[in-house]
Amino acid sequence: MAFDSLDAFFAMGGHGAYVWSAWAVTALAMVGSVAHARIERRGLLRDLERRARREAATPRKNPDAS
Amino acid sequence: MWAFIHKVGSPKWFYTISARLLPWCWTLAVTLILVGSIWGLAFAPADYQQGDSFRIIYVHVPAAFLAQSIFVSMAVAALIFMVWKIKVADMAAAVMAPLGAVMTFVALFTGSVWGMPTWGTWWIWDARLTSMLILLFLYLGVIALRGAFTSRDSGARAASVLAMVGVINIPVIKYSVDWWYTLHQPASFSITSRPSMPVEMWWPLLLMVLGFYAFFIAMTLMRTRSEVLRREAGKHWVRELAAGGA
Repeated sequence: MAFDSLDAFFAMGGHGAYVWSAWAVTALAMVGSVAHARIERRGLLRDLERRARREAATPRKNPDAS
Repeated sequence: MWAFIHKVGSPKWFYTISARLLPWCWTLAVTLILVGSIWGLAFAPADYQQGDSFRIIYVHVPAAFLAQSIFVSMAVAALIFMVWKIKVADMAAAVMAPLGAVMTFVALFTGSVWGMPTWGTWWIWDARLTSMLILLFLYLGVIALRGAFTSRDSGARAASVLAMVGVINIPVIKYSVDWWYTLHQPASFSITSRPSMPVEMWWPLLLMVLGFYAFFIAMTLMRTRSEVLRREAGKHWVRELAAGGA
């Protein structure tokens, strides 16, 4: 452990504001990217399901047209 | 050989294989980044000159590596798409651009925040900093160009050309610290050569770099899968997938 106490850990030898803001922005960017990708995927799957249900209800005349 | 390339390049084949790879990539990414972060933030010794502000290195260097590697990957994908007309390559290139832009922004932001306590300035028109800013604009250009056409194929081709031309900026970024030695220090981390820093500082950095790469692969696989669903929504196999509860 490089720090004696939790306070010292958060203070980062007086550079706390720099260290933590750099880490926070990085974490936010990565977590945000993952969240966006998950929302995107869920939305696409929902659309596909809806489309499949609609097609099951009304049989298509031309199954090759997309 | 051709049959193999086209099988690998088929969206359906990609969709099946990537589903199997994805959990491993996420596990690897989360484990490496978690261990690397705790090690780097709490256990690595403080730098004898910079004190604890050097701990920004553990997010700055991996983000800067990704910013450049993603651009190269995107240019390679663009080349594969242009030469062999493999659609999955273009889908991958399309999802890499925003992630690359985010990573470039992170590298610039963390660098700027690190510059204040070490150099006494947030920003300077140093060669490395300037070429990284150009990289951000190149990413934004690729994203904008893709969206600027009504036909998806024209947008894809225009974005591919810009990606392949823009890759010239990558060696400029790499050698900028040696060609114009202004403020940014030369590379202090390399996977292939002996570490120039104490090993207790180097190990967590290695874990973070590898973790960020795993994150990039996982994100690209995941979003390329979404792109496959989006573009192939009318195809028979996707409809079967949707009917079967995906």
